[in-house]
Amino acid sequence: MARLTINGEIRDIEVAPETPLLWALREQAGLTGTKFGCGIAQCGACTVLIDGVATRSCALPASAVGPDQQILTVEGLSNDATHPIQQAWLALDVPQCGYCQAGMIMAAAALLNSTPTPTDDDISAEITNICRCGTYNRVRAAIKLAAETMSASRKG
Amino acid sequence: MTVAALSRRRFLIGTAAAAGGFSLGFHLPFAAQAQEREAILPEVNAWVLIHPDDTVVIRIARSEMGQGTLTGLAQLVAEELECDWSKVTTEYPTPGESLRRNRIWGNFSTGGSRGIRESHEYVRQGGAAAREMLIAAAATLWKVPEAECSAASSIITHNPSGRSVTYGAVASLAAHMQPPADVRLKDPKVWKIAGKPLPRLDTRDKLTGKQVYGVDLQLPGMLNASIRACPVFGGKVASFDAAAVSGMPGVRKVVQVDETAVAVVADTWWQAHSALLALPIVWDEGPNENVTSQSIAEMLKEGLEAEDAVIGTRIGDVRTELAGDVKLVSATYSYPYQHHATMEPMNATALYTTERCEAWVPTQNGEASLSLVAEVSGLPIEQCDVHKLHLGGGFGRRGWHQEYLRQAVILAKAFPGSPVKLIWSREEDMLHGAYHPVTQCRLRAALNKNGEVTAFHMRISGQSILWPLRAEVRETGRDPAVFQGLNDGGSEGAFGYTISNLLIDHAMRNPPVPPGFWRGVNLNQNALYVECFVDELAHEAGIDPLEFRRKLLVDNPKHLAVLEAVAERVGWGKPAENGIHRGLAQIMGFGSYVAAAAEVSVTGGELRIHRIVAATDTGHIVNPAQAERQVEGSFAYGLSACLFGECTIDGGRVEQENFDTYEVMRMDQMPAVETILVPSGDFWGGVGEPTIAVAGPAVLNAVFAATGKRVRQLPLKNNSLAV
Repeated sequence: MARLTINGEIRDIEVAPETPLLWALREQAGLTGTKFGCGIAQCGACTVLIDGVATRSCALPASAVGPDQQILTVEGLSNDATHPIQQAWLALDVPQCGYCQAGMIMAAAALLNSTPTPTDDDISAEITNICRCGTYNRVRAAIKLAAETMSASRKG
Repeated sequence: MTVAALSRRRFLIGTAAAAGGFSLGFHLPFAAQAQEREAILPEVNAWVLIHPDDTVVIRIARSEMGQGTLTGLAQLVAEELECDWSKVTTEYPTPGESLRRNRIWGNFSTGGSRGIRESHEYVRQGGAAAREMLIAAAATLWKVPEAECSAASSIITHNPSGRSVTYGAVASLAAHMQPPADVRLKDPKVWKIAGKPLPRLDTRDKLTGKQVYGVDLQLPGMLNASIRACPVFGGKVASFDAAAVSGMPGVRKVVQVDETAVAVVADTWWQAHSALLALPIVWDEGPNENVTSQSIAEMLKEGLEAEDAVIGTRIGDVRTELAGDVKLVSATYSYPYQHHATMEPMNATALYTTERCEAWVPTQNGEASLSLVAEVSGLPIEQCDVHKLHLGGGFGRRGWHQEYLRQAVILAKAFPGSPVKLIWSREEDMLHGAYHPVTQCRLRAALNKNGEVTAFHMRISGQSILWPLRAEVRETGRDPAVFQGLNDGGSEGAFGYTISNLLIDHAMRNPPVPPGFWRGVNLNQNALYVECFVDELAHEAGIDPLEFRRKLLVDNPKHLAVLEAVAERVGWGKPAENGIHRGLAQIMGFGSYVAAAAEVSVTGGELRIHRIVAATDTGHIVNPAQAERQVEGSFAYGLSACLFGECTIDGGRVEQENFDTYEVMRMDQMPAVETILVPSGDFWGGVGEPTIAVAGPAVLNAVFAATGKRVRQLPLKNNSLAV
């Protein structure tokens, strides 16, 4: 049993403690937006935010996350694609197959939390997720667009 | 399998009642039959359903795996249908439904960049026929001649009276109208929906986690499985100790799937996988346990000089010319095994009872999947069906080689009545690929005093993708696909250079590593061999590489046009920024003409690719925005292969088991890509693959310009660029 706070909701999840957070989210919490890609924290498809920090959930035991820590998945960012990052992705029509995109979006959310106006070098350094379709340049452009709109809304 | 085998079969049962559209993945098992009986959906014809609220559902037989085919094909149908694009949605018909209706949706196979170029005509005809039936319905309702009515944006207007009605209001009547005997398709010049840079139809759900991929499927009572097959190719299971793990949490059963593989079935995938990792398995490694990359390289090297070879193209007398008083230039290249490494690992879900077997699978070839389900379940094909799901990447991996589906059906047979979802771990995926085949190539050419190529011999030695798949290839040793891009004409890749003595031949050598269709297929290495070697020849002749190619492309203006387009855009012939060096490449394949120019720098032996300019002439373009994305993405895929991609073999198995050792391109390595679309209009070429082939050679030629070093053994990471 693990007590987790997922997308603002406290959930008691029936799971062996060593189960990776990814599989607890996918198979117990029913949140399949977070994807399985490699199982060794290499590809980033499983990226979620824990207390605002991008975390690869496939290699993190569910028991390592405390009940007070805030887990945010793509479903929690917004359910209807209204979050500025999702809006930027929509505006630039970023995804191809789309499988890596939830991880990309969550990695972008963490980057924009810590660095509201990221440079190209910031993006290259922080977004290390793999996309095999090759959406990288549009992911980069969408992060910049989201940074602009989020910054404008902060000022406005 | 085979599509051909399916097409010979005829299933005429229940076609009148078979109008049920299957909502992908979400209906309960076996619900399809109930839907068929009710036949409730307003199907105008096989391609078009229109609801009373004017929502248009367009049926798409080809698979969506990121390449945008779903949107492109819908644009083509909608263009002729004259419907309101904002009300368009799509669905996949099932291959079983298609079979019951005499393959009304045609070929489901989605590979070879054929999704649009092979089906554009009949899908447009489907849309046009539906439009005519809707007009006929309105005319019948109004008791006026059809010729007095017109349709636009889902509204039919009786022109003399100005009366109008929406598609939704007449759709069910339209379904009873006689389909037109023939329809005239619009001139692409007047397209309003097709040909436009419209956003994809499937983007939104990919941003919220709602898009259901194969790995995400949930069915009531579903069990989960993880599997290991012998990591050595050709090896088998010797023994395993099921008792060691059968008490682990959630474990239902340890199943020997076939002679090569063992799976654990459990309540959840993580439970199944944990038990599988703990399961003691002894392998019988079989005849290939001593195969290595080195032994494979030796096998191919022998083929470079072998007397016996299959001729692809022969013009004039190469051997005599090469033996004459000429400047001889020679080089040997090699291309390694590559893995598709789709982000979504292989997976399939199956449900079996003694009466019926259904599978849910991300597949590039739904009909091949259906055939496999029937074969493995042992049930008549009309008692089987396949529900297609969006693919988390395909790249050729999920069309011909669907052993994960075979395994899923076998596992489902062990649990009749319960769906079983099989997901391969990344390690299983890497160790059991359908690998980009290995080849080596020896090129020899003669230059005369004017720097003209008077003879060109290209000997390819290596693996055939079609050899395991086609009996005639095994009988003759001739695999026509090997010569992709090197043919004497034809849509699949015409060699562009005019050389009076030309010989291109192939010595087939098939190592025991299973080959497959890998995005770009044989065009990848063929373009690399030809375009890097032509660059070598230009250098030896002391002629600018663009000027050198211009002369050779004199008879092929379409090849030349894309090359000129990239040269102009990149500023060829003008000074580059300090430290920046340029390279060019062109090829024709998958029905399209493509070229690329690369700008790179090499500092302290480290390569940086700054900019790619790519041009493609696909004849027609259905969605320029999506074509640009495909071209851009193809450079991520092609440059991953060029820079890093390599599966090495030791002990008869692949050494790279995950992304920590199988390196692929990431954000920081991705160059800027500028895409030039130059559709010249009189043909239909593919988009997703051809530009991959020019990625490698354009960059390698730029690397030569920067360093004076020729990289001939791929991938580039194994070569030092230090000057």
